[in-house]
Amino acid sequence: MIPAAVRYVRPGSVEEALAALGEPDAKPLAGGQSLVSVMKLRVARPELVVDISRLELAGLETRDGELWIGALTTWADLAVAPELRRPALAALAECAAAIGDLQVRNRGTIGGSLAHADPASDMPAVLLALGASVVARSAGTERSIETRDLFLGPFTTALGDGELLTEVLVSVPAAGSGSAYASVEHPASGFALAGAAALVRPDGSSSVAVTGIGTMPFLLDGEPHAALAAAEIFGDRFAPAEYRRHLAGVVVERALAAAAARAKEDE
Amino acid sequence: MARPESALAGNPAHRAVPEALSLVVNGERRSLEVEARTLLVHALRDSLGLTGTHVGCDTSQCGACTVLLDGAAVKSCTVLALQADGAEVTTIEGFATDGALHPIQRAFVEHHGLQCGFCTPGMILAAADLLARDPEPSDETIRRALRGNLCRCTGYQPIVEAIRAAAGEAA
Repeated sequence: MIPAAVRYVRPGSVEEALAALGEPDAKPLAGGQSLVSVMKLRVARPELVVDISRLELAGLETRDGELWIGALTTWADLAVAPELRRPALAALAECAAAIGDLQVRNRGTIGGSLAHADPASDMPAVLLALGASVVARSAGTERSIETRDLFLGPFTTALGDGELLTEVLVSVPAAGSGSAYASVEHPASGFALAGAAALVRPDGSSSVAVTGIGTMPFLLDGEPHAALAAAEIFGDRFAPAEYRRHLAGVVVERALAAAAARAKEDE
Repeated sequence: MARPESALAGNPAHRAVPEALSLVVNGERRSLEVEARTLLVHALRDSLGLTGTHVGCDTSQCGACTVLLDGAAVKSCTVLALQADGAEVTTIEGFATDGALHPIQRAFVEHHGLQCGFCTPGMILAAADLLARDPEPSDETIRRALRGNLCRCTGYQPIVEAIRAAAGEAA
């Protein structure tokens, strides 16, 4: 399988990349673990790939109570990042360490995965539970998008033509909070049949989000099990909708229990 | 008979425009021309003749095409060759030195870590990445590191034993 013919540029700066992404049918290429795969299947046939993989958009930084994650940060780097050792942010590293396989984690980036918006990808659940947002830039504009507004459907996001996701921003939860991610994976693909992320705060309140069970990852509003019972759940030959609903309830409980245990550690 | 590309000949987007690629493969500087869409695995196999890097599934599942790109194991069927411009690539051909097998290769031989051998280059390069980060991995860690590498004949137990033995030797 070989991608359709395409042009390739490797801009030296974010500004140059944004200018190139303004061209018709241009796609940003980071680690390529989603884009190259769909180009090989010729599901994606961009005219131009803009290789952003060497731009200075990788790394983590905590400032003023907020954690900034560069869009080009790989899963491998997230899995071992010292910034994520605190219990409140542990779900980010835990989730990254379990994505794909060693080779995919070496190349795959958080920004690329979010922009690809696979409905069964793991990290969106964690970012939803943590109330994260992303920064989207295009030539001359910059805006912030809450993750709950980012996903519009399978492989569809609120990012516009020419917009590049450059950073992920997480407000660090109060001391005494804990977060966790739990999933049951399809044994062959490794994608989540059902995945859940939980954030438990010092007052005992929690946020829970799920992935793999619908057309996109989503937050469970109110009591999680009641929200799951009412949710529209996707089924296929691997896992019918009712089985996925059951699994989701199981992983929600696991994520909540692990997050609560971590919150206690932090007290 | 008309040549199949003739229908596309008028469309500049479909013309194969060669681009220069320069990279260090197994310690040697190599310069070649590739199309923008050329995958790293094809550049290695077809342009450089390094056929030890195998194409198994072609869908980023099997890991037979694993190489080290600047020291990190990657699936070379899911990297554009141009993305490796200026990088250092290590393939299985770069593992033995002066005819002496690398300790991981030797361990695979000694522990029957291969049968048909198709998956072996990828297994060895994934193991090299693992052992570079974690010189004394547990069996569980070894198994997790091999998640992206499929073997369809030997089974995984001797492969895990080989990697455990190689780790012991290096430690």
